[in-house]
Amino acid sequence: MSEETESSVRAEVRAWLEANWKPEYGLVEWRTKLIESGWGAPHWPKQWYGRGLPVHFTAVVDEEFARIGAVGVAKAGIRTLAAATILDHGTDLHKEKFLRRILTGEDTWCQLFSEPGSGSDMAGAVTRADRKGNNWVINGQKVWTTSAHKAHWGLLLARANWDVPKHKGLAYFILDMKQPGVQVHPLKQMNGHASFNQVFFTDAMVEPEMMVCDVGDGWTVATTTLMHERRGADGLRSWAQASNRKGRIYEEENAEIASTMEPYKWYPQRAGRVDLVMERAKATGKIKDPVIRQEIARLLIMSKAAEWTARRARAAQEQGRPQGPEGSLGKLVSSHVARQAARVHTYITGAAALLSGEDSPMNGVIAEILVSVPATSIAGGTDEIQRNIISERVLKMPKEPSVDTTKPFKDVPRNIAASS
Amino acid sequence: MRFSFTPEQEEFRSSLRRALEARSPTKEVRRLMATDQGFERDGWKKLNQELGLTAIHIPEAYGGGGFGQADLAIVLEEMGRGLLCAPFLSTVLAANAILNAGTDEQKRALLPAIASGEKTATLAFSEEDGRNDAEGVAMTATQSGATWRLEGAKSFVLDGHTADLIVVLARRPGSQGEDGLSFFTVDGNSPGLERKRLKTMDETRKLARLTFNSVEARLLGEAGAAAAPFIRTLHQAAVLLANEMVGGAERLREDALAYTKMRMQFGRSIASFQTTKNKAADMLVDVELAKSAAYYAAAALDEGDDDLPAIASLAKACAAEAYLQTAIHAVQMHGGIGFTWDNDTHLWFKRAKSSEILFGDANQHRELMMQHWKH
Repeated sequence: MSEETESSVRAEVRAWLEANWKPEYGLVEWRTKLIESGWGAPHWPKQWYGRGLPVHFTAVVDEEFARIGAVGVAKAGIRTLAAATILDHGTDLHKEKFLRRILTGEDTWCQLFSEPGSGSDMAGAVTRADRKGNNWVINGQKVWTTSAHKAHWGLLLARANWDVPKHKGLAYFILDMKQPGVQVHPLKQMNGHASFNQVFFTDAMVEPEMMVCDVGDGWTVATTTLMHERRGADGLRSWAQASNRKGRIYEEENAEIASTMEPYKWYPQRAGRVDLVMERAKATGKIKDPVIRQEIARLLIMSKAAEWTARRARAAQEQGRPQGPEGSLGKLVSSHVARQAARVHTYITGAAALLSGEDSPMNGVIAEILVSVPATSIAGGTDEIQRNIISERVLKMPKEPSVDTTKPFKDVPRNIAASS
Repeated sequence: MRFSFTPEQEEFRSSLRRALEARSPTKEVRRLMATDQGFERDGWKKLNQELGLTAIHIPEAYGGGGFGQADLAIVLEEMGRGLLCAPFLSTVLAANAILNAGTDEQKRALLPAIASGEKTATLAFSEEDGRNDAEGVAMTATQSGATWRLEGAKSFVLDGHTADLIVVLARRPGSQGEDGLSFFTVDGNSPGLERKRLKTMDETRKLARLTFNSVEARLLGEAGAAAAPFIRTLHQAAVLLANEMVGGAERLREDALAYTKMRMQFGRSIASFQTTKNKAADMLVDVELAKSAAYYAAAALDEGDDDLPAIASLAKACAAEAYLQTAIHAVQMHGGIGFTWDNDTHLWFKRAKSSEILFGDANQHRELMMQHWKH
C-alpha cells in the first residue's frame, strides 16, 4: 500500500487539475470528468468516485481547487447527507443509481424525517409504509423539509411495523419525489420566510429495492444521516460561497448555489448577528448608556467564551487527545448567544425595533434578527434535547424512566391530531 | 497556549491536585479557617517548598522557577478547587507588584525570600471604601531626607494581619488620580503599624485592616510612577483570581453532580429527573465557558497581549457569574442538607461570594471591559 503524504497528494491533484481543468466546460460535463478521476470526493472509496484518502487530505485538495479556480463537485444541500448515508448503508444498486448524480449536482435531495407529531421524538414517526403487492405504499405527513419542492429524491423514515416497540418498527426508504402521491406545500415561518415545506403522502409508491437496510433498521440508518448532519457531512456541506469569476461554468455553479442556499439566507440573523452589535451601538449613540453597556458586555463575554470553548475542543481534536465536555456544548451555547444578541439589538434599536422590512434599520436586518432568533433553540435539536444529551452522555446521569420504548408502538399514546 | 496545556503542564496539574487532595481535605480547611491566622506557617512553608509554588512565576535570577503567569494560573485553579488555606494569592500579588514596579536591585533583595517560602507577603491597595483603582488611594507618603513615612489606613488587605512583607500603595500629599502614586514596602512588624483581622464572611479568605501611624517605609520603584505597574498588577490579579474561581466552580459542580446520583427520592435517583439534569447541563456550560475565558486570559498575560485589559475583565466577570451561579445551583441540588454547616458546599459558596467581589465585581469588570474593547 502506498503511503500518501500531504505533499504527494498536493502534487498529484495539482498535476491532474493543470492537465484537465478548463473553465469552458459545462458544469455537469466538467463534474463528470472530475468524478471519474476521483478528485471530486477524494475521501470516498476508490470504486465509488473517490480515491480512498484519509478525510484530512480533503483540505489539501480543496486548497488546490481554490488555487486554480476549479469548480468542485456539488457540495451544498441535503444531497451530501444522502451520499453519506448511501455510502454507509446503501446497496450497490443505490450507489450505482444515485452517487454519481449527487456529485454532478443533477439530482437534488430532501430529508423526510420530522413530522407534526414527532419533532424531538423523531422515532415516534407515524407516517405509514404498508406492503401492497411487491411495493411499499406510503401515507402520512412530513414537515420542516428543506427544498422538498425542488427535490428529485427524498430520504424517508416511515413506520412499517406497528406491533414492535417504536425504534424497531421503522424503515428507511429512498422515495421518488416526482410522483402523484407526493404533494409539497411551503410552510411559512414566524419571520415571514418559507424555507421549509410540508410534504403529504397519499398512496405514494416505493419499489422494494429502494428500502435501505431492513424493516427495523430504519432508526439506525436515520441516526447515521443525523450524525452526518451534525458533523456538517465531513466538510462536504460547507456554507457554499458564490464565485465572482466570469465564465459559463461559474455562472452555472452560482445558480446552483443560489438555489441551494436560498432557504438559509436568514440563518446569520437567526444566530443573532453579534458582529453588528458594536457598530450599531456606536451609530445610535447607545454605546453611552451604562445599562446597555452592561448588556453588550454580557453578550460579548458569552460569545467570546463560546468561541474559545470551541477552539479548546478543536485543539484537543487536532492533538489527538480525547475531547472533554467542551465539545458537546456548542449548540446550547449558541442559543444563549443568539437570545442575548436579540435582547441587545432591541435595546440598541429602541422604537425602531417596532418596525419591519425597509422601515426597519439596515433594510430589515434588525427586524429579521428579532423574529428569527427563536428558531436557534429549536432547530437541529432543541435546547431541552441538548441538555438531555449533555447530562446523559457527558455527565452520565440516568435517563428518565421511559414509557414508550418497550411496548408495541400501536399501544403508545400519541397526538390525536397527528395520527388522524 | 490559549486553548490547550502542554503535557508538562497537565502533569504538573495532576501532581498538584493529588498533593492538595492529600494536604487539604475539607476537615483541614475547616480547622484552619477557624484560626486567627487562617493557615499554619510551618505546614504551608513545607508544602510551598516541596512544590515550589510561590517560586513558579518569579524569574530564576531572583530565586524563582522562571515559569510564566499561565503556570501560576494552574496553581491558582487547583488551590481554588482544593480551597487550600494559605497566604498564596496575597503573596503572589505582592511578588507581581515587585516584579512590575521594582528595580533590579529591589527584586534581588525582596523576591528570593518570597520564592523560597521564607516570607509571606501581601499587597495593600484598597482603603475603607473598598475601591480597586488608583484614584481611590488616599494614604499619603511623605519624604524627609532619605526617609519615607506612611500615614493612613488600608482595608480588605488579603492576609494583611500575618504577612511578613507588605507592599503598600500611597500617594504624594495633594496629588490626585493616577498622579503621585508610589509603591512602598513595609515589614509586617513595623513600629506604628496596627493590624486588625477583619471577621470575614468567607472564613477561608482572611482580610485585615492596617492602620499606618507614621510608619517608616522603603520606596519600591520610581517615586510617583506606580500607576502603570499597579494597573498591570490588577490585571494580573483579575486573571489569576478568575483561574482560582473556575477551579472552585468545577469542584462544586462535580460534588453536586455526584450527590444527585446517590440521592434517592420518589423511588429513583434525583439525577434521573429532567429538572436536575437540565440544571447540571447548565452548570457544565457555565463552568466550561468560564474556564475557556480564564485560560485564554492566563495565556494573554504571558504573551504581552494589547487587549489584556479587556480580556482580564472579561475573564473575571465571566468567572464571577459562573462561580456564584454554580454555587447557588449546588446548594439547591443538595436540598436541605446543602444549607447546613456540616455539609461542605457552603465553604465554596462563600468562596464564590468573596471572589465575586474581590478586585471588582462583575458589573465593574463589564464596564471596564467595554472601556477597553477594541473590536
